[in-house]
Amino acid sequence: MGNIEITLNGRTVSVLENISILEAAKRNGIYLPTLCHHPDQRVKANCRVCVVEVEGVRNLVASCSTAVREGMKITTNSPRVRETVRTILELIFADHPQECLTCIRNEKCELRQIASRFGINSIQGAKTANNYPVDTSTPSIVRNPNKCIKCGRCAEVCHHTQEVGVLYSHNRSTEIMISPEYGKNLSEVGCVLCGQCAAVCPVGAIHEKDDTDQVWAALADPGKHVVVQTAPSVRVSIAEEFNMPPGSIQTGKLVAALRSLGFERVFDTDFSADLTIMEEGHELLHRIQNGGVLPLITSCSPGWINYAEKYYPELLPNISTCKSPQQMFGAVAKTFYAKRSGIAPEDIYVVSVMPCTAKKYEAIQPEMRSSGYQDVDAVLTTRELARILRHEGIDFSMLEESEYDSPLGTSTGAAAIFGTTGGVMEAALRSVYEIVTGETLSKLDFSEVRGLEGVRSASVDLKGKEVKVAIAHGLANAKKIAEKIKAGEEDYTFIEVMCCPGGCIGGGGQPYGTTQEVRKKRMEALYQVDSDMPLRKSHENPAVIELYQEFFGEPMGELSHRYLHIERAEEAEAVI
Amino acid sequence: MGVNNKELVFNISREEFVDLKTYRERGGYTALQKALRQPPESSIQELKSAGLRGRGGAAFPTAVKIEMVRNNGETGRYVICNADEGEPGTFKDRFIMTHLPFQVIEGITLAAYLAGAENGYIYVRHEYPEVQRILRESIKEAEEAGLLGEDILGSGIRLKLEIFSGAGSYLCGEETALLSSIEGRKGRPRVKPPYPTQSGLWNKPTLINNVETLANIPKIIEKGSGWYRSIGTADSTGTKLISLSGDVVNRGLIEVPFGITFADIIEEYGLGAKPGRTVKAVNIGGASGVLVPGFMLETPLEYTACAKAGITIGSGAIFVLDDTRPILPNVHNRVKFFLHESCGKCTPCREGLRQANVILSKLLSGMATESDVVLLERYTRAIQEASFCGLGQAAGNSLKSSLEYFHEEYLAACGQECRDKEETA
Repeated sequence: MGNIEITLNGRTVSVLENISILEAAKRNGIYLPTLCHHPDQRVKANCRVCVVEVEGVRNLVASCSTAVREGMKITTNSPRVRETVRTILELIFADHPQECLTCIRNEKCELRQIASRFGINSIQGAKTANNYPVDTSTPSIVRNPNKCIKCGRCAEVCHHTQEVGVLYSHNRSTEIMISPEYGKNLSEVGCVLCGQCAAVCPVGAIHEKDDTDQVWAALADPGKHVVVQTAPSVRVSIAEEFNMPPGSIQTGKLVAALRSLGFERVFDTDFSADLTIMEEGHELLHRIQNGGVLPLITSCSPGWINYAEKYYPELLPNISTCKSPQQMFGAVAKTFYAKRSGIAPEDIYVVSVMPCTAKKYEAIQPEMRSSGYQDVDAVLTTRELARILRHEGIDFSMLEESEYDSPLGTSTGAAAIFGTTGGVMEAALRSVYEIVTGETLSKLDFSEVRGLEGVRSASVDLKGKEVKVAIAHGLANAKKIAEKIKAGEEDYTFIEVMCCPGGCIGGGGQPYGTTQEVRKKRMEALYQVDSDMPLRKSHENPAVIELYQEFFGEPMGELSHRYLHIERAEEAEAVI
Repeated sequence: MGVNNKELVFNISREEFVDLKTYRERGGYTALQKALRQPPESSIQELKSAGLRGRGGAAFPTAVKIEMVRNNGETGRYVICNADEGEPGTFKDRFIMTHLPFQVIEGITLAAYLAGAENGYIYVRHEYPEVQRILRESIKEAEEAGLLGEDILGSGIRLKLEIFSGAGSYLCGEETALLSSIEGRKGRPRVKPPYPTQSGLWNKPTLINNVETLANIPKIIEKGSGWYRSIGTADSTGTKLISLSGDVVNRGLIEVPFGITFADIIEEYGLGAKPGRTVKAVNIGGASGVLVPGFMLETPLEYTACAKAGITIGSGAIFVLDDTRPILPNVHNRVKFFLHESCGKCTPCREGLRQANVILSKLLSGMATESDVVLLERYTRAIQEASFCGLGQAAGNSLKSSLEYFHEEYLAACGQECRDKEETA
């Protein structure tokens, strides 16, 4: 692409040809307001708050959907543009419950931010906001249609990124609504609870179910021993909530913040990620050696599990019987840790901090009570944790770094990269290679499985035996792989699937503003965490080794089966 | 339909039905024969020289549109005849299709041949079942006569033409919403570019033209651009069908050469206002058009002159209001119409019209204040300036023009009580 010259607010600038006016303005330091626009999505051009003036064009044009042309004269700051944008914002507000103070989105709301920028100080016009029932039918996501501004970002991500397609824009005129079919609740349709809709909603119309009150209550209960686990990806995303740039690694401050909230122990899901590799790696070897169902597909991502259960039940026998790291942690905390620390499991309260809304659903499943109690008591998303910290007035930037507690806080670099697409695969390969070959890997980085390409595959040489592996992230890509397996087109042995684009770093519970660019930075940060770790192979995690010695015996052993696996394949047969 | 019985494009009486035999006797299908004998470029050049512009409202040069599709490398192109005639007060396409169906079909066949399309649709509004029946029968007849379908007139050229019925949405007359409708999607407009000529029906290059536009093509090819240019003016060639209704003596469909003034249309063809009354306002271009006062009617029906005067020729509907009619109920009616027909996709159209409706209701019930009128003006600007598609942009036309030319009626509608309250405040 070549460059062309345009005039932007009287200034002649050179910009790439074919980009939008919005992009051209941004590259020249002018951030035009947007609501329906999302950098990862197709252009929708329906909110109209990005309109600008183009000389020679009768009406204002949407800058998001209009490409720059040689010699184009653009004005973004004329009284005409300003009046129009302000009027559109007022029109949106007139149809919006004016409850900003009590809205979960509050100051993180894009509409409110733009309104503040434009100095909207009174909202004229008739108040027309509806009073539809709020959809609280799932344990993960709350949908409040009254706050919806009909930008279409949620439907777009649901249809095109995830290809689940349960959110539609229907009806017309002022009756237009974005919801599941026939106004049903999310629990009544094929929603997999990935929360990508909530992550892209510019306002408070779809958001995570808020579980912060439960956590406050547990922390205040003197009878509870409250422990917390943090997912791998949270350490590289939480800082964004406190105005640090994407990709900031803030493990120490995260631990310190949790400690100051009053958690008895601050543990790490990375520990149980290493444990997952031990179990899943051995499951893979077992299946290869005993003619089990292949390819083996990972089971860490509950959004993916929900998707497979609803749309590809025939693939359930392929999915690893391993619980996710979150659930392995809960089971270990209320068995091994309870025994070791002499605390009754019923008095232990396990909180997870997850990048994920589907984890809230996973935690309450009946099969996730192997300790005899609900293994994980409460799940907070990254955004909810940030809200708690802000509430407590904890200045994240001033915290002194702290370290995870032992033993359930000890981990390796292999566990850290669980948080990115390709990470589980790489962690598994590091361990499986060494276990199978008995040799030490000379190079730990499996760069062939890294990256943000939607579907990736590679061949790995396990000392003479070629193993074909594949990775997919985002459900549209998972669908491609699932179809290939069904058609018997590929002879993969091991497949990693993550529900959200980018893996957990792009999870539905992550800080707002996640884009491809942001995912890339969070991903790089996780690889940095990995390479900075003294230990980078799960099977070398001393706490995991100790856990097997003292409690589980061996991977895939009897106790492992009881606490760390579930019987997915049998369930599938029951379904059929 | 010309009063002076001039030789125009649609030379029939209002009562007449021109069947295939009669159509051919009167020179029908000589254009197609001629076009098949000469290189397509010559026919396109003829249309270009004739200066034919789209009669649906946008007035885009027809030959240029045909060329855009023709020059697109992609094959599997489509031709679509837009017969969704949903503009209130417009009934011209209905007349052509029910009285001169073969002129439309020949026009579509010519356009398809010139654009290189082998498949076509006539998108007929749901409310025209009679039109759909006549067109279906006429298509069948044309096919049987070798004028449509495979190997047209032995030339090896083919065109499969089908009727597609709309489902009652006004917006589906907007070309990209129309495409979505045929594809089985929601009838909402798409982002342009890509334009239909680049990526239209099922992502194929698509030529979409209005019924009247297409029906002009055979006459131009048959009689030549010189003849066509002799009608109308240098700026706007040929004729325009006018759907004349409202408070005039003689209502109905007429064909007029471009260049005639609106006053003359009303006087000559409509025989003026009813006895004892005077023309107060005229709505030009259908519900999406403007409302102008009597003094503006000296403007000639001509694209440039009308654009300069802020008059939208649109579909060519002229609706006359005499001095017994208040303006506000008329505007309110249009606003309600557009609010109902808005697809709801973009904010200014959906929310702006909703608020405009509220203010007009307040005005009509004497509950509005002058500040409501100011607010209405602001909403109108946003609707016009920032709506996604032509529907929204045009929805503001009657609001804007009436606020400009009949402002005193808005002010008069503000309740005295409310005015007092405002003054106190």
